[in-house]
Amino acid sequence: MNLTLHVWRQKGPNDPGRFETYPATGISEHMSFLEMLDTVNEKLEAEGKEPIVFEHDCREGICGCCGFMIDGKAHGGQHKTTVCQLHMRSFKDGDELTLEPWRAQAFPVIKDLMVDRSAFDRIIQSGGYVSVRSGSPQDANAILIGKEVADRAFDAAACIGCGACVASCPNAAAMLFTGAKITHLGVLPQGAPERFRRVQAMTTQMDMEGFGYCTNHGECSAYCPKGISLDVIARMNQDLLLAQVVTRDEVRREGGE
Amino acid sequence: MILESKAPKGDIQTAWDRHKFDVKMVNPANKRKYTVIVVGTGLAGASAAASLGELGYNVLNFAFQDSARRAHSIAAQGGINAAKNYQGDGDSIYRLFYDTVKGGDFRAREENVYRLAQVSVNIIDQAVAQGVPFAREYGGLLANRSFGGALVSRTFYAQGQTGQQLLIGAYQALMRQVNDGKVKLFTRTEMLDLVIQDGHARGIITRNLVSGKVERWVADAVVLATGGYSNVFFLSTNAMGCNVTSTWRAARRGALFANPCYTQIHPTCIPVSGGYQSKLTLMSESLRNDGRVWAPKNPADGWDSSKGKVGKDPRQIPEAERDYFLERRYPTFGNLVPRDVASRAAKKACDDGQGIAYEGRGVYLDFGDAIQRLGKDAVGERYGNLFEMYERITGDSPYETPMRIYPAPHYTMGGLWVDYNLQSNVPGLFVIGEANFSDHGANRLGASALMQGLSDGYFVLPYTIGHYLAQVGPRGKSTEWDSFKQVEGEVTERTDKLMSIKGKRSVDSFHRELGLLMWEHCGMARNAKGLSLLLQEIPRIRAEFWENVSVPGTPGELNQVLERAGRVADFLEFAEMMALDALEREESCGGHFREEHQSAEGEAERDDEKFQYVAAWEFKGVGVRPELHKEALDFRYVKPSKRSYK
Amino acid sequence: MSWFMRFARSTIGMKVAMAISGLLLFGFVIGHMLGNLQVYIGPSALNHYGAALQGNQGLLWVVRLGLLAILFTHVGSSVALVLRAKAARPQGYRKWQGKVSTYASRTMRVSGPILLLFIIFHLLHLTVGTVHPDLQHCATQATGDLQCFVYQNVDAAFSLDTAGTTMAVQLGIVAFYLVAMLLLGMHLGHGAYSMFRTLGLNSPRYDKVARAFATAVAVLIVVGNCSIPLAVATGLVGAAGGH
Ligand SMILES: Cc1cc2nc3c(=O)[nH]c(=O)nc-3n(C[C@H](O)[C@H](O)[C@H](O)COP(=O)(O)OP(=O)(O)OC[C@H]3O[C@@H](n4cnc5c(N)ncnc54)[C@H](O)[C@@H]3O)c2cc1C
Ligand code: FES
Repeated sequence: MNLTLHVWRQKGPNDPGRFETYPATGISEHMSFLEMLDTVNEKLEAEGKEPIVFEHDCREGICGCCGFMIDGKAHGGQHKTTVCQLHMRSFKDGDELTLEPWRAQAFPVIKDLMVDRSAFDRIIQSGGYVSVRSGSPQDANAILIGKEVADRAFDAAACIGCGACVASCPNAAAMLFTGAKITHLGVLPQGAPERFRRVQAMTTQMDMEGFGYCTNHGECSAYCPKGISLDVIARMNQDLLLAQVVTRDEVRREGGE
Repeated sequence: MILESKAPKGDIQTAWDRHKFDVKMVNPANKRKYTVIVVGTGLAGASAAASLGELGYNVLNFAFQDSARRAHSIAAQGGINAAKNYQGDGDSIYRLFYDTVKGGDFRAREENVYRLAQVSVNIIDQAVAQGVPFAREYGGLLANRSFGGALVSRTFYAQGQTGQQLLIGAYQALMRQVNDGKVKLFTRTEMLDLVIQDGHARGIITRNLVSGKVERWVADAVVLATGGYSNVFFLSTNAMGCNVTSTWRAARRGALFANPCYTQIHPTCIPVSGGYQSKLTLMSESLRNDGRVWAPKNPADGWDSSKGKVGKDPRQIPEAERDYFLERRYPTFGNLVPRDVASRAAKKACDDGQGIAYEGRGVYLDFGDAIQRLGKDAVGERYGNLFEMYERITGDSPYETPMRIYPAPHYTMGGLWVDYNLQSNVPGLFVIGEANFSDHGANRLGASALMQGLSDGYFVLPYTIGHYLAQVGPRGKSTEWDSFKQVEGEVTERTDKLMSIKGKRSVDSFHRELGLLMWEHCGMARNAKGLSLLLQEIPRIRAEFWENVSVPGTPGELNQVLERAGRVADFLEFAEMMALDALEREESCGGHFREEHQSAEGEAERDDEKFQYVAAWEFKGVGVRPELHKEALDFRYVKPSKRSYK
Repeated sequence: MSWFMRFARSTIGMKVAMAISGLLLFGFVIGHMLGNLQVYIGPSALNHYGAALQGNQGLLWVVRLGLLAILFTHVGSSVALVLRAKAARPQGYRKWQGKVSTYASRTMRVSGPILLLFIIFHLLHLTVGTVHPDLQHCATQATGDLQCFVYQNVDAAFSLDTAGTTMAVQLGIVAFYLVAMLLLGMHLGHGAYSMFRTLGLNSPRYDKVARAFATAVAVLIVVGNCSIPLAVATGLVGAAGGH
């Protein structure tokens, strides 16, 4: 099949950027979306033109590298699917598609469809961990964790950090991402001791990065390729509120900075 | 050159403890005087960087992805082994050791393997303490499954995302050190060369992938944790960015490359669907616990290339006309034979014309029986997310029609040669994770790579690197040394050369051409004729590459084509060493199957008399025959026997 | 108190302020409606209710100022957050498609300002009387009792043949009330549901119940509040018992 692509091209953060149109011809329905772009790029390359830049690595929907908007839908909008896992059989001959990068102040465009998501790393860095060092902790089975709790932690931990939540949120908020880590670690006994400190530190960093706020539209969760539930945001809010009540001043200050 | 393993002599069970006591220690107050470069943020790299930071060293950590969390370890699905014996089914450190040595077809160093089995136990404790959400039973204990034909259930898992969860655990530990200022993390930064000063590894040259800036980094030691080279086959289950660059560049500077021909082919991947294919997707090995592998007996029911589809819908093929070839050939292990055996059997069925996917390369993995026996819900419970993934990619539902699978390159046991301390023959150059050659011999057991990466990073390297650092003591550091200037000059020159060719062919077209040839002649089965052909063809492709490759754009900006061009250029040099190693190893062992060396029934035949050694190759120049150094292997505990899964 | 300011200024803190002020306003809306529904009992009930409220001026002003402060918090935090959202995505998408967000959730920023205008209009209409054809303020009777004319005022406000205005103007006013109440319903429906989440009071178990509850209350408010102008305009309430 043949398609027409309107692709956002931007040389760098300071270039205003523009849409350009490319034909994608001879596309097989078995191709993945990125393989379709590969064929467009290979043609551009052979002509000595600069190929369309997009981020990708595993192409299995797990590393979280890939992601851009297709017709205004993060990752193309297929249920629980990253763009590298999206296949051309869900499009039809003659389709015209608009490809845009994630747009958010906190995710500056690096080039074309590639954005800088290091804000996410800084949020984790601010407290998204359990403070243990490599060594000899207690035996793994010494901590009993009920299956429901373990499953709940896992569901939140399934986040791949792709940024689709921010991209699809009308407010460009990063609450699903941040809430997922806070829930993952907060519900487990291992993460409980640092629970309140963590939530304060991480939400402060989240604000500092310039993300928006949550109005409970639910788009983030709907477009999340891992289907992270909105409940993680409620859990984060709850923890932050509780933190105001139960923590001592000292800890609060530490957490906030 | 004499390759000294430096493994402790005497009783293997106490060897690691004795070694830990014998190694020199760095005074805690002095640790901050040392800087260590760690390249890679996969399980091996992230765990090492975090642990070294915790100990007080200054760590410079590099990765080419945009975040440390995206290293290829994230893709591991199945699980991680540990000799915990939580199931009380007779597992022990010794049994894991035994299984690994035997599984590796007696081509690994016993002492390393024993240590790996010992340390495996700590890894699970460490991961759980970090909050890794492993699967649990209702009572709150950790769950296990049996994996890859092991007779005990020793595999820990987190649904089908074990690698992701373990990597995120290591990544979080790493980010904690970044927050504490002990680790400086440089993402989107690719190592392009190694700098050696006075015979010691002292630094690296990198390219900032966003700005294109080439930079120098100096340190007291360099750790490579850059993963495997399966992408030499172009199509593999590895992520698109996986490369041989860092290890090959180190090899060019004098590090020995060991056993490059040992590559692992994973039997259950989704077959190729067309010439545009960019990578292959693995379907977890656990599927073979309940799925049955078969191919039609009648080739007419298989792939018909003139029509571009199979002759007969698999659901219409009656039992009597199905060839359950694994169950037929290996009655004891059946569908659960090790990876290499299962892969070759599938290849043979396809070579015999029974194949059922694009170009006749695929066999069925059928859940019909399992669904009948256990019910659709129970099967969905076990494999639901894998079935979904399969359906997303192929458009077919495994609940309704058999899956199509075919083997694909997956893991590389070969890598830079290291001693018991994980140090290469270049002092100060340490290699961990998939990038080194140790521990797995000629074949890796399922769920053991994650174990090895974390063992190296959390529990082995942090001790052994101290031994080296304590011996050399704090030294001056400068990026103005001539060695840096020279290597940086060479890197820039090479980049300029790539940019200046302005040829007509895309980088991928060369990579694809190389990959197809390697897969054909140095893949699942190899023979002297094919390998000799490779040794002629690779230099030809390489020559054309350097005359006709097209790299648009400029080097001083983000340039994905340039990144790939550099990696393919290295594969084009490395592939030759790999083919040569395969040609010289005149035996079949583990993942290396030489067609000339098989029994009448088609089983691999090892030649312990002549080949019970590690082949470590020394680079002598592009197009020049590398020099072979041998490390003889001694089996004091597990006596070499013939692997049999009949 | 610095920790408090830090919390209050964080995005979640502002959301919490918005949620709590919203909850209080929600309560006010329900109380206000229940009071007004006395119109169906008859003039004396409603007028006595009015008199009771007006009777204690001190308390009345405390409540009024309190409500104003709450409203100010609600509007203020929402303005701050909207500005923040704008800053968080300076360049919009050429195309954007929602999957699950509701019309109500996406129009909070439109319904909010319109409701604010409505509140001002409503005050001028039925409290101050500037835009009312003939507002009668409460008056102290010779007996010392306070006499209020809420019923009469409502009647005049919505009936279509009131002296002093035209039918078109009255129709317009009724329509504005109806539209405003629909918007209020949407605003409260999403707002109440959202509040549960913002305050972390939800749980996966009763998420659906919370949503249904929020919707049901919103519908009741719309029906209850709309019924009054409609009943008056159609003559079901008013004239007979009024003038
Ligand atoms: C699909 C799949 C499934 C698997 N499933 C399992 C399983 O179930 N169980 C199991 O035990 N094993 C499994 N494996 C194998 C296992 O995942 C890998 O062997 C292991 O994770 C390798 O880890 P590593 O840290 O050595 O390297 P990697 O995770 O590959 O990390 C390499 C790192 O090096 C960096 N890097 C590479 N080159 C450069 C360069 N030139 N400059 C700078 N940085 C560089 C990368 O950025 C990355 O951070 C699987 C592998 C695949 C492909
Ligand atoms: S490329 Fe890894 S998730 Fe898409």
